[in-house]
This record gives sequence, C-alpha cells and structure tokens, in this order.
Amino acid sequence: MTPFSFVRADSLSHAIQEGRNPNTRFIAGGTNLVDLMKQNVDRPSRLIDISALDLGAIAERDGGGISLGAMASNADTAYHPLIKERYPLLASAILAGASPQLRNAATNGGNLNQRTRCYYFYDTATPCNKREPGSGCSAIGGVNRIHAILGASNDCIATHPSDMCVALSALDAVVHVTGPDGDRSIPLIDYHRLPGNEPWRDNVLEDGELVTSIDLPAETFPTNYSYLKLRDRLSYAFALVSVAVALQVDASTIQHARVALGGVAHKPWRDLDIEHSLIGKPADDATYRAFADSLLSQAVGQGANDFKIDLARAAIVRALRQAAAGTPQSQSNKRII
Amino acid sequence: MDKTVNPPTSNDLQIALTINGQGHTLVVEPWVTLLDLLRDNIGLTGTKKGCDHGQCGACTVLVNGKRINSCLALAVTKDGAEITTIEGFASGGKLHALQTAFVHHDAFQCGYCTPGQICSAQGLLDEGHAKTRDDVRELMSGNLCRCGAYTNITDAVMQVMLDGSP
Ligand SMILES: Cc1cc2nc3c(=O)[nH]c(=O)nc-3n(C[C@H](O)[C@H](O)[C@H](O)COP(=O)(O)OP(=O)(O)OC[C@H]3O[C@@H](n4cnc5c(N)ncnc54)[C@H](O)[C@@H]3O)c2cc1C
Ligand code: SF4
Ligand code: FES
Ligand code: FES
Repeated sequence: MTPFSFVRADSLSHAIQEGRNPNTRFIAGGTNLVDLMKQNVDRPSRLIDISALDLGAIAERDGGGISLGAMASNADTAYHPLIKERYPLLASAILAGASPQLRNAATNGGNLNQRTRCYYFYDTATPCNKREPGSGCSAIGGVNRIHAILGASNDCIATHPSDMCVALSALDAVVHVTGPDGDRSIPLIDYHRLPGNEPWRDNVLEDGELVTSIDLPAETFPTNYSYLKLRDRLSYAFALVSVAVALQVDASTIQHARVALGGVAHKPWRDLDIEHSLIGKPADDATYRAFADSLLSQAVGQGANDFKIDLARAAIVRALRQAAAGTPQSQSNKRII
Repeated sequence: MDKTVNPPTSNDLQIALTINGQGHTLVVEPWVTLLDLLRDNIGLTGTKKGCDHGQCGACTVLVNGKRINSCLALAVTKDGAEITTIEGFASGGKLHALQTAFVHHDAFQCGYCTPGQICSAQGLLDEGHAKTRDDVRELMSGNLCRCGAYTNITDAVMQVMLDGSP
C-alpha cells in the first residue's frame, strides 16, 4: 500500500470539506477500496472515513417508499423487515452477492461505487484504460471470460460487478448525493455509465461528491420477482450473468415488467422500450424468448465470453418464468426451478 | 490492563480497542489492517492470513459482535470497537461449544481455516438467519477450506445450532 493520511469525518460538512482536497477517497466498509489500495490500483493520498456519519438509517419515506442510508450495511439492508416484505427482489440480490462477512462490512454507498473485477484493472503490470487512461485495454483480445457483451467500447469492455445495483435498477431506485456544489438526485439507471471513450469514469459522481442515500419508490413487487445469478461456483463468486425481474401479472397477462441484467455490461442493463413491449403479452415461454432475443439483439462476444450470450438468453427466460410463477430463485439451496 | 505500543509519528493515529475483553490503546499507521494489527502488534496469531483480499475468510473475527474479514478492515476505522478472535472463545480452560463440536465432528484437517470458520460460525449463530442445512452451507460460504472439510464443518455448526451444545 502507498502511504496515506487518514481523517475521521465527524459531520457531513466536514466530509465534504475534506473531499475538496485532491486525491482523497471516502472510505466506508473498505472491502473494495482497501483491496484496490493493497494492489496499488488506487493510491489516494488521504482517506476520509465516513463511518461515523449519520447515514445508516433505513426508513419509510413520506408518500411511500423506503430510504436506504448510504452507510447502512448490505446485510442490515437485506435482512431489514421492510425490505424483506416489500422489496424481496433487493434482499435476494444482496444475499446473492459476496459472503456474510463481506455483506456485514460492505455499505450501500460502497456497493454502488465498487469498481470492476476485470483482471487487468487489478494487475498494474498490464495496460488498462480504466486504471491508466490511454494505456490500452488488455482485455480486448486477452482473457475476457467475465467481460461485457452489451454496451462495450473499443476502449473498455469491463462489467460492473454489483448484484445489489441490478435489483436497484429494476426497482427504479434514485441515488441522492451531496457535494461541494450542493445536492443532486440521480435515477439509478443513469448513475452508472457506459465506458465510451472515458472508461475511467464508472459513474456520474463528480470528485468530492458523496452518496447519502438511495430511495426505493413506493411501487413494490412483493410476489412476482426473481433474482437469478449464474456464476462459476454456487456462492462467493461474481455473476457471469444475472437477471433481476419484477412483474405484475393478472390472469396470465403481463401488466407491468421490469428486467435488469448484471454481469453483462459496464452498468446494470435495462431497455425500457423492450420492457414496455411485454405489457399485455401472455406470461408464457414464447413471450419470454422473444423478449430475451430483443434484449440481446445487439450483444457481441469478445471470444472467451461468447457463451454469455446464450447463457443470458436462457437466464432471462428462466427468471421471467420464476417471477411469473411466484417462485423466486432461492439464494440458499441454489436449485434452479 | 492497557498496553501501549509504538511511539507516534506524523501519520500515526491513536486508537482504543477491546480485544477478547482486554483494553488496548494503540498507535498505528493508517494502512495497518486489523488482521496485521492483531497478529503483528498484539501477538494474537490465531487469526490467519489466507489470501489478504477478502476471498477466503481465514481472517474472520467478530467486530462489535459481527463477523467481518479483518484483512480488508483498516485498524484505524475500528476505534472503540470490541473485537473477538479465536483466542477469546475458550474460557477457564474449557473449550467453547463450537470448538468442541469441531473436534467431535473432525471438522478440519490442517486447521488453517478453523479459527476463521469458528468465528464465522459464531457470527452465523448470532445472526439467527440460518434455519436449514442449506442455509448453513450458504451462510458459511464465506470461509473456504482447502482441505475440503466442508461436510464435517456443516455437521459441527448444525449440531451447535440445533442443540446449543455438541
Ligand atoms: C471476495 C469478494 C467477493 C465479492 N463478491 C461480490 C458479489 O458477488 N456481488 C457483489 O455485488 N459484490 C461483491 N463484492 C463487492 C462488495 O459488495 C463491495 O466490496 C462492497 O459493496 C463495497 O462496499 P464498502 O462499503 O466496503 O465500500 P468501500 O470499499 O469503502 O468503497 C468502495 C468505493 O466506493 C466509494 N464510496 C464508498 N461509500 C461512498 C459514498 N457514500 N459516497 C461516495 N463514494 C463512496 C469509496 O471511495 C470507494 O471508491 C465482493 C467483494 C469481495 C472482496
Ligand atoms: S476492460 Fe476496461 S478495466 Fe479491463 S483492461 Fe480493458 S480498459 Fe481496463
Ligand atoms: S485473509 Fe482475509 S479473506 Fe482471506
Ligand atoms: S482444515 Fe485445512 S484449510 Fe480447512
């Protein structure tokens, strides 16, 4: 690790004041940042510990919906009675990720801002445009089994690794941030970005801005949902492909549908137009297959990850079936029904 | 009993920790992980370093009652915390129920992962979310065992979970 100085923020304004200094990072649970610093992938000169800030609440919002504090742990969020009851899709996605120990330490703000798991991003001996702008992308033409099949650019084909964010995307969550220039609210679907020609920018957060909370809208999907995560082992592994589905189904007709994909792009992948086409369709395999085909019509493999296109197609159909039947994927026994 | 180690230098910070019931005032560099602090500064080498990257669970300890990976926690972020390591499990020369169950079920071979497994199992029991064997397998999945003692580890945890004692 490259030496750095450390300060514990005792108020939001203190944190923002400290965040004005160059090359500082906020540290929350530390489960991603400390790892990146050990590898010298990230070398901040000063850390601002935000764990003492009053940002840990999970509370009902006026007019419905729930506010998730940025410093609430992933575990406390997933097991919160209101989340289990109203947003089981979110609880399920969080519990599909990482390990119990990591979820205890990891925070909601940190989860949103975690960096890619691209092997080259972690390996400072290799070129990587995200880590070292302009140096090139080693994953294109390299080892790219875990890389993107949608929305990639010629500069970067990395994926966003979060499970939680895939569910937040499907639930139309809104991210609240504060910073030197004041407060902003950003729909989660616009929070993460595609790599384009600025792959070092994972999301739209500006330097010195801090995530304070994440709002879940009043609309819940308590019955017809599923989070299906496919990976190289049954637990404690990042998604190769994941699918978050939230449906409203009436007499076998789809009334409302949300589908987000994880592990396939630089951000949780949603297409609102294609989703819209599901409304009024029968909840059956023909509908699901046609939907999966449209959602993946622009998908391109990079060689080692070509298999992800078929895997995603099958996973989308399965997850839609699970959601429509009200039999969501279990994150305990992992049998896919 | 307070133990103060290392004189302060510019970047160093003073923290207070209660480790296995004993108070410590320590001056640490901000880049020292809780794992390295426990092993190198305090001399509690029961907690193991497997991967140092959050990928194996060997370094699991309880911080304010919650299991976490001590290799990814900077010690300076834990000021004021109560830490329990494997050295804090047995009391008065008597093994803890989980330790007895691990012995009884032969839940290890080399034993390198065992301190982390036991701390993690205690976290699992306190959290109270595991109801079935599948749940125990899943909620112990943050602890790898290179010797592959998983079946016996699950048996040991199940027994303590169901009986309260081995
Ligand atoms: C072995 C391993 C396996 C994992 N598996 C999975 C998995 O399967 N699925 C999954 O989703 N995740 C997985 N994770 C990632 C884990 O979920 C993240 O590391 C965690 O969510 C990050 O949260 P944190 O609070 O520890 O963030 P930190 O490490 O503290 O911070 C991460 C980044 O976010 C920034 N940040 C933190 N809080 C804020 C804030 N409030 N405002 C602005 N910026 C902020 C920090 O500056 C830093 O850049 C895994 C991690 C490990 C180590
Ligand atoms: S895919 Fe992105 S993160 Fe990976 S090597 Fe290429 S530029 Fe770097
Ligand atoms: S040493 Fe901490 S998880 Fe492996
Ligand atoms: S007993 Fe050897 S690693 Fe688990």
